Amino acid sequence: MKNKTNNKIKHKTKIPDNPQAEQGMSIIVKTVTRLTVGVLFVYGINVALHGHIIPGGGFAGGAIIALSLLNLVLAFGRDAALEKLSQTWAIIFTTLGLLLFMVVGLFGNNNIPILANFFQDKGSILSLFCIGNIPLLNIAVCLQVGAGIFVIFIYLVSIKPEADK
Amino acid sequence: MIYFLCFILFSIGIYGVLVKRNIIKLIISTMILNYAVYILLVLMGFRWQGQVPVFVSDQEINFMVDPLPQSMVMVAMIVGLAVTALLVAVAMRLYQQFKTFDIKEIIEIKTKKPEVDNNA
Amino acid sequence: MIDLYILLILMIIGAVLALEIKDLLSAVIITGAVGLCLSAAFLLLKAPDLAMTQLIVEIVLVIILVRATIFTDSRVQQTKRNYANFIAVLISISFFLGASGYVIAKLPIFGKPLMRISRTYLSEALSQASVNNVVAAITLDYRIFDTFLALVALFTCLIAIMALSRAKSKEQKTNF
Repeated sequence: MKNKTNNKIKHKTKIPDNPQAEQGMSIIVKTVTRLTVGVLFVYGINVALHGHIIPGGGFAGGAIIALSLLNLVLAFGRDAALEKLSQTWAIIFTTLGLLLFMVVGLFGNNNIPILANFFQDKGSILSLFCIGNIPLLNIAVCLQVGAGIFVIFIYLVSIKPEADK
Repeated sequence: MIYFLCFILFSIGIYGVLVKRNIIKLIISTMILNYAVYILLVLMGFRWQGQVPVFVSDQEINFMVDPLPQSMVMVAMIVGLAVTALLVAVAMRLYQQFKTFDIKEIIEIKTKKPEVDNNA
Repeated sequence: MIDLYILLILMIIGAVLALEIKDLLSAVIITGAVGLCLSAAFLLLKAPDLAMTQLIVEIVLVIILVRATIFTDSRVQQTKRNYANFIAVLISISFFLGASGYVIAKLPIFGKPLMRISRTYLSEALSQASVNNVVAAITLDYRIFDTFLALVALFTCLIAIMALSRAKSKEQKTNF
């Protein structure tokens, strides 16, 4: 708890002081990243949502989303990326993915076993909005994996080479 | 014959784990072990004239590749990513504590001064 | 067929180079090349889901490893090799490879898998799970406990990394 409040205070003080030109890579890299990062993000969502009709799926879509966020970290520095998606929200999304998976698994009446495909009348196949729980589970996996890899990378960046003592 | 190449790749990974002393080299050899297992599983599911296991609406597909190893490898890949990231975190913490990546030097430092490493 | 052999031999050469080269940064980048060869091999083996996922995962892994490598002076100190240890390892690996001949004789022939379980998956995935990507049907419907436990493992690794990166000395405030 102390950590999070500390972090927020640091952000509020730091970002007006440091204009974005100071941290991160050169201006060419920043411009190209600014152009491509949205395309990558939307492509990841597309892959995750169409996971049941084309090759792809929640794992690949989540990894692409995490890669787009990681691009932000590499080009603009950690603070600019954390301004887009803060650390607490990333952890909340990770946990929400796992919880959504569990809730979809536990849903259904007593006759159906846990984590089963509980919709009795399946919808129209070969379409985006097919009625089954596989698109829901794809969204859950996508949330979990994307936010999880982002949080892992943020914490790995935060380890400094010298222990400050 | 093509399975034997996978076993060679696996044995290279075992060699790296057993012989190398640098922690980054150890992480690389565990990654190579992962790759060998993935490619072996997917090779065992391949089928001549097999197609991608996705049904398409307007054409008839007779032969499909075995989809079971593919889904198993798909799940294993994410776990491999997470475990490798965990190993990298451990290696960075060890470097922070001991200023080296070499395992033998870490053991020497630990045996000389055992009171240093209470939170490594 | 011949392209699969070429890719696998490239992977073996890359693995040996990555383990034997002195510079750590070069070793990490060669490992990235090995992973990309693996992705191409998945594409040839009719597994586009895996090719996609492996491509992305490889890029993330190379970024993480480069981050760990430029941490330090990126060069392995040359020390004298323990030859008895080395020879023992080589002998055990040669035993392993010799024993793998028996294992390969038991495996199904390349190109003709058994498909005892997945025949039912392939015939009934369209009616039971109502999706036409059979890999997604197996991952998220038939074998869903695997996926669930994999996500739990990812979450556990996340918690462990959080604990590792925060473990400074007790009296210090941990603002990273």
